[in-house]
Amino acid sequence: MAMVRVEHLVKTYGAARALDDVTLEFPDGGFFGLLGPSGSGKTTLLRAIAGFVLPETGRVFIDDEPVENVPVEKRGIGMVFQNYALFPNMTVAENVAFGLAVRKVTEAEKKRRVAEALELVQLAAFGARKPHQLSGGQRQRVAMARAIVTQPRVLLLDEPLSALDKALRVDMQIELKRIQREIGITTIFVTHDQEEALTLSDRIGILKDGRLIRHGPPREVYDDPQDSFTATFLGDARIFSGTVEAGGLRLADGTLVPGVRTPTVAVRPENLHLSVAEPDLPCRLQARLGQKIFGGALGTCLLDWRGEVIKVLGRDADFRDLPESGPVWVGWRPEHSIQMSG
Amino acid sequence: MATTIAGQDRLRAVTLLSPAYLWLTVAVFLPLSAMAFFSFLSDVPFGGRDWHVTLDNYRAFFETTTYATLLWKSLKLGLIVTAVSVIVGFPCAWVLAKVVKGRSREALFLLVILPFWSNSLVRIFSWAIVLRGNGVLDRAVNAVLPWDVKLNLMFSPTAIVIGLVHSYLPYVILTSYLALQAIDDSLIEAARSLGAKRRTILWRLILPLSAPGIIAGAVLIFVPVVGSFMEPRLLGGRLGTYYGTVIEDQFVAVFNWPLGAALSFILLAVVLAILAAASPILKRART
Repeated sequence: MAMVRVEHLVKTYGAARALDDVTLEFPDGGFFGLLGPSGSGKTTLLRAIAGFVLPETGRVFIDDEPVENVPVEKRGIGMVFQNYALFPNMTVAENVAFGLAVRKVTEAEKKRRVAEALELVQLAAFGARKPHQLSGGQRQRVAMARAIVTQPRVLLLDEPLSALDKALRVDMQIELKRIQREIGITTIFVTHDQEEALTLSDRIGILKDGRLIRHGPPREVYDDPQDSFTATFLGDARIFSGTVEAGGLRLADGTLVPGVRTPTVAVRPENLHLSVAEPDLPCRLQARLGQKIFGGALGTCLLDWRGEVIKVLGRDADFRDLPESGPVWVGWRPEHSIQMSG
Repeated sequence: MATTIAGQDRLRAVTLLSPAYLWLTVAVFLPLSAMAFFSFLSDVPFGGRDWHVTLDNYRAFFETTTYATLLWKSLKLGLIVTAVSVIVGFPCAWVLAKVVKGRSREALFLLVILPFWSNSLVRIFSWAIVLRGNGVLDRAVNAVLPWDVKLNLMFSPTAIVIGLVHSYLPYVILTSYLALQAIDDSLIEAARSLGAKRRTILWRLILPLSAPGIIAGAVLIFVPVVGSFMEPRLLGGRLGTYYGTVIEDQFVAVFNWPLGAALSFILLAVVLAILAAASPILKRART
């Protein structure tokens, strides 16, 4: 178990900056999600911690020990790859035992720990199978068992669930979280799936163009994204811009959003309320209902506001009484106005 | 419905396969059958000679130890050339598959395939110029080293091995390259993340996974080298008597086609036996 810290990491590929002065601390025993669009540098950061990417400048610490000059094989990490990277010439048990065999663990000890690891990922009966005889979810769990059996200091997961279909992914998220809790290992994982990041992590970091934009506990970052990129990337948000006045933010159509002191404000679609009559909410504006989309328990309404689209999420029951189209009011409570610093 | 589709598929398969099978019949099966027939004759069945069916040609192989000794010598040559080619070619394939990228890979590939493009006689004679006493290699070594070295490699088994390795190296490089390219880089990274050193990765991962390619290349080299005659004759000189040169003599010099044919079929049988004995290993490497 270990605390991981990176300081001022810089890595360039030609003209592109994959990592641009990234400084971040990954708490001991935590589950840290690195989130960002493709090309944001999140995988580069993970590979720099693993040792596959050598940053031009900056430092990497595991347990306060500088590891920039320590090769991958001596860093004491466990890694799960996007395609699982199971050794096709070995059985499941041999795959899991590989890291132990390298460490010259005695045969009895090896057997016991492989059995333990397979037990942990609930594949105790699959030791003799070859990887090609397993389903995607089973392979994922073998990769997990192989990575943790050596008791690494840090567990690194590179888009661990992206190759699975949606239903399986949700199961595996729960499974991953359980395993991580059970062994309490410091875990860093990379994903482009914001929902996955919010579900799994107890801290997240958001990267864009090689820079760390924001980090913190998921709820904190979600509730107060501070900048429009984080607001729209992590969850959905409608951004309104205008001019700051004494009473609040004056939008282009003359609406005053009270209490806002920044030129942009974001509102999450689930916090918007629709009504035909003018609502009793301090933040409200008028728009035209364009489309109602039925989605089972939840529904979506798309509004037209001065040629732009406003998305409203809600229970389908809330939308049932609305007309198919026509003028409607959109309102939200002042505490749901997210003021944007950037 | 299903049967008609299957029928259509079969028709298509026959149409697509027939040119190849026709060619194999004309170019391989017919001459081979003729040779098999010759090998049981007392003399060639043309030019007004007397001939009858006999087993004498096969008996000749077992009557003296000469042929068996030469066959053994040729098999050893095949093993040595194959081993040297694999040892030299595999690292080269590794570099091509995993280290270089883009244009430099293309350039290196061209260099690898070059032996295929040159005439084999030209190739062998240029080796003769390089290897002979006071030849290119001799002078080069003496120019670098301060003391006098007599490097007369020409007309030695070493010269034969050098010539044969040069001719057949591309096979093992190409087959190993294909096998190595199919190995996902993340497998190597995974092994490293588990603490494996380079040597462990090579023995436990790279070699087992590329074994089918290496073995395919080795077979492609071993079989023709055992029957080779040009390189042994031209680079081996007086020492260059091998099983292949003896067969060639029967056809070209002595005009004893039946004996040459019989010796060829014995070689074929021995090579097939060796491959059959090795096939369990081949099969295991494939899974």
